[in-house]
Amino acid sequence: MGLDFTVVPGYFGVLLMGAGWTIAITLCAGLLSFFGGIVFAVVALYGHWALRLPVRGFAFLFMGTPLLLQLFLIYFGLIQIGIDLPAFVAGVIGLGLHFAVYNSELIQASILAVDKGQYEGARTLGLSRGQALRRIVIPQAVRAVTPPMGNNMIALLKDSALVSVIGVMELTLAAQQAISRTYRPFEFYLAVAFCYYIINLGLEAGLRHLERRNAASR
Amino acid sequence: MTDQAFITIKNAAKSFGALKVLRDINLTVQRGQIVAIIGPSGSGKSTLLRAINELDPLSSGEVWLEDVQINKRLPHRQYEAHVNQVRQDIGMVFQHFNLFPHLTVRGNITLAPRMLKGLSEAAANTLAEEQLAKVGLSEKIDEYPSRLSGGQKQRVAIARALAMKPKVMLFDEATSALDPELVEEVNLVMKQLAEEHMTMIIVTHEMDFAASVCDRVLFMDQGVVVEEGPPSVIFQNPAEERTRNFLRKHLSR
Amino acid sequence: MDVDLILRVYPFFLEAAWVTIQLSVLTAVLGLICGTLGAAARMSRLAVFRWIAAVYVSVIRGTPALIQIFILYFGGPQIGIQLDSFAAGTIALGVNIGAYMTETIRGAIQSVDRGQVEAARTLGMSRWQATRNVVLPQAARLMIRPLGVNINALIKGTALVAPISVIELTYTAQRFIGSTYKPFEMFLLSGLLYMIIIYVVGQGIKWLDRRARIT
Repeated sequence: MGLDFTVVPGYFGVLLMGAGWTIAITLCAGLLSFFGGIVFAVVALYGHWALRLPVRGFAFLFMGTPLLLQLFLIYFGLIQIGIDLPAFVAGVIGLGLHFAVYNSELIQASILAVDKGQYEGARTLGLSRGQALRRIVIPQAVRAVTPPMGNNMIALLKDSALVSVIGVMELTLAAQQAISRTYRPFEFYLAVAFCYYIINLGLEAGLRHLERRNAASR
Repeated sequence: MTDQAFITIKNAAKSFGALKVLRDINLTVQRGQIVAIIGPSGSGKSTLLRAINELDPLSSGEVWLEDVQINKRLPHRQYEAHVNQVRQDIGMVFQHFNLFPHLTVRGNITLAPRMLKGLSEAAANTLAEEQLAKVGLSEKIDEYPSRLSGGQKQRVAIARALAMKPKVMLFDEATSALDPELVEEVNLVMKQLAEEHMTMIIVTHEMDFAASVCDRVLFMDQGVVVEEGPPSVIFQNPAEERTRNFLRKHLSR
Repeated sequence: MDVDLILRVYPFFLEAAWVTIQLSVLTAVLGLICGTLGAAARMSRLAVFRWIAAVYVSVIRGTPALIQIFILYFGGPQIGIQLDSFAAGTIALGVNIGAYMTETIRGAIQSVDRGQVEAARTLGMSRWQATRNVVLPQAARLMIRPLGVNINALIKGTALVAPISVIELTYTAQRFIGSTYKPFEMFLLSGLLYMIIIYVVGQGIKWLDRRARIT
């Protein structure tokens, strides 16, 4: 059948919209995975045992199974219990929770690695346990672990392609739309691969910038 | 023939980028001589030693072993073959031993003779046993390096180098990484080698040892040989100010 | 929880698990081959090979694996490559994980202490002799655990062939969710099987790692 890349420019608009949605999903899910990660980590380490168990179990489940499977669970599961969310929201929740779990593991390790002296210094000044953790230990732990969490963010961007399977109108689905009209899968999938690569470069640059700002404020 | 030049270094110079580490060094070592090179960190003494067997090739100058130029400029393939061949005649002992952790002591010693000199397994084993006996570690032949003390590891490293029957032995701060009580056992082995008239070039911080074993001492500083002579002169009555300053800081007396 | 349903449909999931296992094994093998070639190229003395390998790693790691699968399966026919979904999925995933393994293997080789190479070369060994007899045996031990991490991700990554209708665990879960409207049970069933596969493989990696540490 051969290749004909001239069909691609005609669909720039569609692809651009898709790219926009991909970036939106990545940022929203990224924020969710960042804060969710901190919450999970704190509960897993310091929470009441009734909360710790389910959180640990949930983490175990979500780290041992594929993301795609988890997306199906969340999307169809929510519908089952009566919550009919738009695919975008279900996608953000799915991606966000998945990576929150991985971030939580990183953060837990980082919290435990924060020098004991920091905590003791805070307590001897009179801070309560909660204050010492909240103001001294956790901020340092989170600072230390932002580079590996950045890697998770990059993985999240690539995995955002999976939400096309539950119908979110991001880049991959946009490509599929174009393909259904032009019957040229190679050209369009190659084009969106290129788009993802460019977005990835942008994300990496953004993360490096954050890194530098992070390090500068020490 | 005892005065035949063994190792000759002519106009050796080495730069790392803009940094001149060696500046116009000339050195001749006779067969059977024991030469010590002392000096502060950064003086270039290790660099000079490592240039002899082309581990860190010179930027300019020549290094000769007897009548063979070690750092000959050749087309790549031939250069590699030439250097590999020459290195069989030069034994080197490192500060951090560099024993192969995945092989036993026996394996460490027999690897190169079997691979490069075509020795049979039986011949190589005999050779290994001989060399280990020389350094006093026969009973450790089937141990792995991780089970040995630092002094034992270094003695095995010496045995490994000797197994290739080198013409000259280079020692790069061989005892600097050892706990003080383990230094003596290595020094003893080196003394024994000296008594057997092995040609040795020793980079060291151990002034006492250098004084007792060596025929000549070179003091290097900032890439040049500041002074050289017999130990009695260098250590008791150095001519140069720099030498005196260095020795004052380092001698235990 | 509809236990009845689970008991009725689990045979389908066992069959699907077997497909997942096959996908995992084939992908891992292909990945190791690509990873070894990639690492060798990355560290080659010829700039051309280094460049090709660097591009390979950058492009594959910088784009979604799902898209790579789609390009090969859906786009392949346009450039003369006609593969069935199982083959396309396996090859795309193998090439994908190969890029990650390239870095893992390269990292292990480069983490072998430089002094080892110096000692070997000092004895008169050529570059290749030193690499083969001193560096590689040590690197092989070092790379077992991190390759285990790659393989863990690989097993979960096989789910990506579900969208091209390979009848593995995730596809089967999706299919039964569609017909039974019981997402929790289907998730549990397939999730459990994934975790068993991952656990068994993980134990195998640990065993290999322990055996490698003789010293």
